[in-house]
Amino acid sequence: MITPRDSSPPPRGGPDPTTDLASQHRFEYVVALADDALISAQRMGWWISRGPQLEEDVALANIGLDQLGQARTLLAHAGEVEGAGRGEDDLAYLRDERDFRNVHLVERDQSDFGVAMARLLLFSAYHAELYAALRSSTDQTLAGVAGKAVKEVAYHLDHARQWVLRLGDGTEESHRRMQAALDTEWRYLDELFDDSWVAPELIDEGVAVDPASLREPALARVLPVLREATLTVPEVLPAVGGGRRGLHTEQLGYLLAEMQHLTRSHPGATW
Amino acid sequence: MNDWPLWEVFVRSRRGLSHVHAGSLHAPDAELALRNARDLYTRRQEGVSIWVVRSSDLEASTPDERDSFFDPAADKIYRHPTFYDVPDGVEHL
Repeated sequence: MITPRDSSPPPRGGPDPTTDLASQHRFEYVVALADDALISAQRMGWWISRGPQLEEDVALANIGLDQLGQARTLLAHAGEVEGAGRGEDDLAYLRDERDFRNVHLVERDQSDFGVAMARLLLFSAYHAELYAALRSSTDQTLAGVAGKAVKEVAYHLDHARQWVLRLGDGTEESHRRMQAALDTEWRYLDELFDDSWVAPELIDEGVAVDPASLREPALARVLPVLREATLTVPEVLPAVGGGRRGLHTEQLGYLLAEMQHLTRSHPGATW
Repeated sequence: MNDWPLWEVFVRSRRGLSHVHAGSLHAPDAELALRNARDLYTRRQEGVSIWVVRSSDLEASTPDERDSFFDPAADKIYRHPTFYDVPDGVEHL
């Protein structure tokens, strides 16, 4: 796939280059938010038939579907902003790994239930603050998505909280494994609050939310849960990151292969 | 985790006045039973309120008792309001 960065300059008499750059910045911002939700949704879907009980399968599938709904609207919007004729399916199924802008937190395998819940706690705490702030975005679509999503992610956060409490403050083994899961996921927390990739104009214009401003309120949602769950706040070095620049862990490639396989093998297939 | 107890779920619908039995589910405790009920039985906006109760806390009549429990009501038509004639001149009944 051709990324917007590689696309040839607009023909003479085309759009004003300043507007062009502005829409490219906005495209990259919206795509990053969309990719976080999309990739997390795909990981959640893995749990269907693998949860500790059928009821938990359904709960995690519901959460994944909420995230997928957010991703779809965001990707469709990104396509409109880009103005190159790409729709939500083109962006979801026909981009390669390097064109995905999601954080590493959501893309790695999560076949351990404790890891899945630790990750959901961190991600939904961030999501809760992100969407709460985006409700007043000057981009009407972003504000609309956020208004709906803010209720959804409140439930995701609650679900993660319920399990982190029970596993953290459960048996000796569940505590040990929950703490280990938290230690692993905590390394990927910083990338959520990295603001280096968001064009400052987008924040100034009120389109985007400064990711760095979300750290304190998001942690204020997480830390009381850890305390109540008798877990220790990890002291670990942050992972390298790079998802916002299209640099990913090797695990994203496998995820995309599975997610995109049908569309790529049978272009235009419908049912 | 496969020994989660069974819970009965009662949902009050948007227009309903009382909670109606919707089904059952497994959950480790009451809080998660409520949440599982939300995910399983209110996905399509079926409800505005949920009750859950441990199935083991329900006492139910058994089919063996059906004759003594329910049959005696069959021939007591005077228990229905339609058995009675409304006297002439009664305005507000």
